[in-house]
Amino acid sequence: MRYINKLRHYGIFIVFLAICINLSLISPQFLTISNWTIIITQVSINALLAFGVTFVIITGGIDLSLGSIVAVSGVTAAMLAHPNTYPLIVPILAALFAGLLIGAFNGFMITKSKIAPFIVTLGTMTIGRGLALILSDGRPVSNLSDSFVFIGSGKLLGLPILILILVIMFIICSVILNKTTLGRYIYALGGNEQAARASGIMVTRVKMMVYSISGVLAGLAGILLTSRITTGQPNAGAGFELDAIAAVVIGGTSTSGGKGSIGGTMIGVLLIGVINNSLDLLNVSSYYQQVVMGLIIIGAVVLDSLNQKSNY
Amino acid sequence: MNLNKMQPATEPILGVNSLCKSFLGVKALNDIHFELNKGEVHALLGENGAGKSTFMKILIGLLKADSGSIYFKGEPIENLDVHAIIQKGISMIHQEILMIPELSVAQNIFLAKEVNRAFFIDEQVINQKTETLLRSMGIDIEVSEKAKNLSIAQLQLVEIAKAVSNEAKVIIMDEPSSALSELEVELLFKIIADLKSKGVSIIYISHKMDEIFQIADRITILRDGKYIATKNTKDLDKSGLISLMVGREIKELFTAKELPESEVILKVENLNKKGRFSNINFEVHSGEVLGIAGLMGAGRTEIARAIYGLDNFDSGEIRLKGKKISIKSPKDAIAEGIGYVSEDRKGLGFIPELSVKQNISLSSISAYSKAFLIDKKEEQKAVKQIAEELQIKASNLNKKVKYLSGGNQQKVVIARVLLAKPALVILDEPSRGIDIGAKHEIYKLIRQLTEKGLAVLLISSELPEILGMSDRIVVLSKGKQKITLTQKEASQEKIMHYALH
Repeated sequence: MRYINKLRHYGIFIVFLAICINLSLISPQFLTISNWTIIITQVSINALLAFGVTFVIITGGIDLSLGSIVAVSGVTAAMLAHPNTYPLIVPILAALFAGLLIGAFNGFMITKSKIAPFIVTLGTMTIGRGLALILSDGRPVSNLSDSFVFIGSGKLLGLPILILILVIMFIICSVILNKTTLGRYIYALGGNEQAARASGIMVTRVKMMVYSISGVLAGLAGILLTSRITTGQPNAGAGFELDAIAAVVIGGTSTSGGKGSIGGTMIGVLLIGVINNSLDLLNVSSYYQQVVMGLIIIGAVVLDSLNQKSNY
Repeated sequence: MNLNKMQPATEPILGVNSLCKSFLGVKALNDIHFELNKGEVHALLGENGAGKSTFMKILIGLLKADSGSIYFKGEPIENLDVHAIIQKGISMIHQEILMIPELSVAQNIFLAKEVNRAFFIDEQVINQKTETLLRSMGIDIEVSEKAKNLSIAQLQLVEIAKAVSNEAKVIIMDEPSSALSELEVELLFKIIADLKSKGVSIIYISHKMDEIFQIADRITILRDGKYIATKNTKDLDKSGLISLMVGREIKELFTAKELPESEVILKVENLNKKGRFSNINFEVHSGEVLGIAGLMGAGRTEIARAIYGLDNFDSGEIRLKGKKISIKSPKDAIAEGIGYVSEDRKGLGFIPELSVKQNISLSSISAYSKAFLIDKKEEQKAVKQIAEELQIKASNLNKKVKYLSGGNQQKVVIARVLLAKPALVILDEPSRGIDIGAKHEIYKLIRQLTEKGLAVLLISSELPEILGMSDRIVVLSKGKQKITLTQKEASQEKIMHYALH
């Protein structure tokens, strides 16, 4: 029985492996390095957003402003990344700062006004989109420097830079959640906010941190997206937050808070990527892909809640 | 109303035989007997934790008894659910009001029994019927007013009106006068007298002796979940009643001791919070247990929460070891050396999804961290030591706390508080809901801690516990400090006397 319980813990991972094995039998292209490079590159932006929103969801909150932050930071980066203007670090820092600012604003409003995170971030989602359009005057910002474009398309040590950044962020986020006091406080806060406060945790500060982290990671995602598509698009990133939340949920993080992991989220992200990829390989129309994806989201949560029940 | 088919006066309308109920092995009700005559006001009395609420919850169908029978008009009803029991004619006026705030008085009273005309609710008929009902009871409340705009007293009266509109034959009133002014209490008693004359029976739960002697025909006393006695009110006086409520022999569970003068750890001066408590003054010395006694709502927990920074207070000073401290949050309190074990273990005590280890280290985790990174070896070492001291029976420190028993969960909370190295610990109902074995271990632990010089503020509703453990006892009543008794002066009767006045 204990063995089965252990297995359950890795439920979604096993589902993921089973799908991969199946696909490798159906399509010989699936298990090639080049195909996996494509998959991981494709999911890297969603992965960064999903990491950030994992922090938020573990505290029991939600962040709907991610897609708009991607647009604001992307436009900001693009405007400062024209050839022969500023050094590369300027657009990068400015874009990260833009993300941090919106994230911190979310955290501030949620903790000070006690308005539900859903409402606050719904508001900033619209505000962010408006800011991106204002900054860019509603037009795509193109003519980016080679060094900026290199981030999204270049390779270092034989690996795409996107994948390197993804790996580094995966490690940093895992360490924060598993090995730092902040991580411990995040789980405690999501598990029982009142008890966390009574235990001496500064609940307000933890929430500020969580939304700021989410904002910065979305800022980073905005930089990578802009670099990849070589333009700052004020309309970019629409709906990205929902893909990120889907990955988090598939990865076993509970939307009521207190439970979840970056590893689970990574599996969720990869599962989405693999399924999209394989449906491409199998020539399934993208219309059907959406239906399949929706069913997987619901299925993952059903699986999770069944596990919960059988635990009692 | 079936006044015509009136039963003979000797036949009780409600009879309860040998009712038992346990929670996690702790007997909350043990062999309860009760009977209620037609048109009788029957008071149910007992200390906090005597089992009154559990008993009433079973009567109304919110809980199921483990064994025993309940007869209503000669018919067994112990297996019915709430809805069916209300249909039969038993209604309860809860302490916490259960009204829908956005609905009107009339809509609330007719909730789930709306009058329809061609698919639409006939608001006019509902309003008229409510108007007639309220006027007949002498209640002056606008029927179209939304429930959220009513005072608690008004809501309580509407609840009673609702029970009447359900044609209840038995109405249970749980501390109905606690939120009422004197004038409103008079109205309440008039309504009760009126109901009585119509043959409705009332079960009346209250701590207020004067009220009980004024309106009750008979009194049933419960103690520690056991049936003690049923008496005619006219055969009893106040002191006789108090000794029935508390009169148990004090077992030699506890060992309080004489205390040499020692350093003052906590000094509370003139603490006030409007509507909660006023003018509270006390000291807790190193190595001392100061007990705080009082009935529910006396302000005990509110004072503890204010000291610990969970709630703010209006005025007053808190000094720790002579130094005036300003506490804005529990984090400040912990940093100053104050620990709090809440009465609400599930709500404020532990994080169910975290492990035993993670819970225990939660308040002091920064002490086991270097540059934000938790030193897991140090954490493990510290937690293991305190867990062994407290004999926490988690085969594995990595087990989630939600899987532990109540007693072990409580020990985890105490371990968390102690690991932060406090000078003062506030224990709020530390033995509530845990079995007798774990209770003893906690008493022993309190003793050991005070021997090491820790100051303890003990809040408890169990009189033997507070009498046995405390060196001095502060008695509160309705937010006011009534008296401070020494170990020698204190007795159950004395505490009850001050707590009730």
